[in-house]
Amino acid sequence: MESNMSGPYSRLPATEGRLASQQSETPPVDLRLHHALGAVEPGQPLDQNARVAIEVRHLNFYYGTHQVLFDISLPIRQRQITALIGPSGCGKSTFLRTLNRMNDLIPETRIEGEAIFDGENIYDPAIDVIRLRQRIGMVFQRPNPFPKSIFDNIAYGLRIQRKPRRQIQEEVERSLRAAALWDEVKDRLKASALGLSGGQQQRLCIARALALHPEVLLLDEPCSALDPIATLKIEELLLSISKEYTIVIVTHNMSQAARISQYTGFFLNGRLIEYGPTAELFKRPRQRETEDYISGRFS
Amino acid sequence: MSVPMPTSSSSSSTLQSGESRLHPFLATRSSLNLRRRLVNALVVLFTTLAALFAAGLLIYLLCYVLSQGLRYINLDFFTQLPTPNGEPGGGMGEAFQGSLILIALASLMGVPLGLFTGIYLAEFGRGPFAQGVRFLVDVLNGIPTIIFGLLAWVLIVIPMQSFSGLAGGFALGMIMIPIVTRTSEDVLRLVPRELREASLALGATEARTILQIVLPAARNGIITGVVLAMARVAGETAPLLMTAFGTTFWNTDVTQPMDALPLRIFQFTLSPYQQQVNQAYAGAFVLIVLILLASLAVRLAAGGFKQR
Ligand SMILES: Nc1ncnc2c1ncn2[C@@H]1O[C@H](COP(=O)(O)OP(=O)(O)OP(=O)(O)O)[C@@H](O)[C@H]1O
Ligand SMILES: [Mg+2]
Repeated sequence: MESNMSGPYSRLPATEGRLASQQSETPPVDLRLHHALGAVEPGQPLDQNARVAIEVRHLNFYYGTHQVLFDISLPIRQRQITALIGPSGCGKSTFLRTLNRMNDLIPETRIEGEAIFDGENIYDPAIDVIRLRQRIGMVFQRPNPFPKSIFDNIAYGLRIQRKPRRQIQEEVERSLRAAALWDEVKDRLKASALGLSGGQQQRLCIARALALHPEVLLLDEPCSALDPIATLKIEELLLSISKEYTIVIVTHNMSQAARISQYTGFFLNGRLIEYGPTAELFKRPRQRETEDYISGRFS
Repeated sequence: MSVPMPTSSSSSSTLQSGESRLHPFLATRSSLNLRRRLVNALVVLFTTLAALFAAGLLIYLLCYVLSQGLRYINLDFFTQLPTPNGEPGGGMGEAFQGSLILIALASLMGVPLGLFTGIYLAEFGRGPFAQGVRFLVDVLNGIPTIIFGLLAWVLIVIPMQSFSGLAGGFALGMIMIPIVTRTSEDVLRLVPRELREASLALGATEARTILQIVLPAARNGIITGVVLAMARVAGETAPLLMTAFGTTFWNTDVTQPMDALPLRIFQFTLSPYQQQVNQAYAGAFVLIVLILLASLAVRLAAGGFKQR
């Protein structure tokens, strides 16, 4: 443990200008901080009284006849960050996509069980999927801005809701600020979003989701296409908005899960092997598989 | 792999390794080597010659057409009607006018139908019905174009008791449909799934996603397909013979016979007057240049599309 660090995000002065100068993105962050972070206490302080935002119960999921999720049950707590970890192909993305019914778009999929969100079952055929997706936003693995201007990217979801022009302008600024992107793009809102760097694009995608005031934000490996510095910025951003939003993040990066989340779920072969507070799961895993997986890359 | 006897396997492997230690790739026997080189050189030679021949044909065609017709390409050629009895001067203005109208009519029919079919196939087209549609579109693409003329003749010319631009436009439109369908289906499929998912995850309907995200992202490719289809029907002659029929007068009335560039080239090539034969070459040259320009534009647009 490094006792000289007051918290995971106390910023060290950049001692090596080399890395910072390679990246145009400010502020410079010392890479060693990034590596050191894995060694600090895992898990963010959690709110014991947090209510459950989505209660998933006995979820099974099939692609055709191929079952990929087996009897998943877990609570997703309000205004907490829940991290989902597990080896490739274990069903993390599939699970995440069941939460806002993105799997509906894939033909021949089947789902059993329930996920209660705000008193209603997400899989109830009567549910308004459009409304559901506006309340449960999603950010994808690869930054996927529309080939439109920065402004139009964020305004897109608001225009769907027929918000008045004035409000759209305000929301664009608010969500860009929340995504820590405003200062970098405020002078070129009309420029194409494709001209942004990968990290900026991903923050734009987060801002685009935040513009709709979702209650839950799902992120599927949002940093896997980004370099460590851009990754750190996204993590900071997620921590800063986690006071207001319920966040579920899939990540391959276990130190990332340890750094930012309050709760962690470990998936293996379509089953939820272990779920609990991040600090406990990382320090005292109850299951052999969890321990093996964590220690495999964590020690 | 078969498992050889232990003894033979060991002996052959030692032989191979002994050889390969000397020269792993070069053959040891020089006669074999020579033959390989000869065959290689011959293949290179023949393919190069074939390519030269094909390119040479096009260049010869252009030069020939140009040498015969260039003198007749002037402003009058585009703006005047043909002169009676092959008198000097005049042009084929009515053919340019007619071709423009026919292509516009054909596009009016072929572009929306082709585009929407393409959207259907790319976005919703699963299952046997879509497979059937896809197959039929391919068949449509292979049907000799005179058959479409026949269809227009039966459906439009006979009931109206007159050749007409409408019938010609219909026949050309049928030809455009499969081209536009296939190219738009292909480019729509190239639009990354992530883009659609981003839109749907923001609460957009499928219809809005297609109209506001997918179509604009595929716009260049779709335009490419449309231009290709227009270039293709601009040169069609056979289906116009029994539909638009041709005329030597100005005509904007689509219920009346209408001239077209390839029709006029066809008529003038058979003309007894040398000046009309030469004007046919001039028309052919203009047509080739138009199609060349269209191909070039498509190339540029396609390059721009790939870069994104
Ligand atoms: N569209 C699909 N059709 C059929 N099977 C699929 C489809 N998408 C995923 N699968 C299968 O479902 C299983 C779980 O995939 P999923 O993408 O959820 O895993 P993951 O944990 O997100 O993996 P990764 O960490 O590599 O992203 C895999 O075995 C995969 O092959
Ligand atoms: Mg995944």
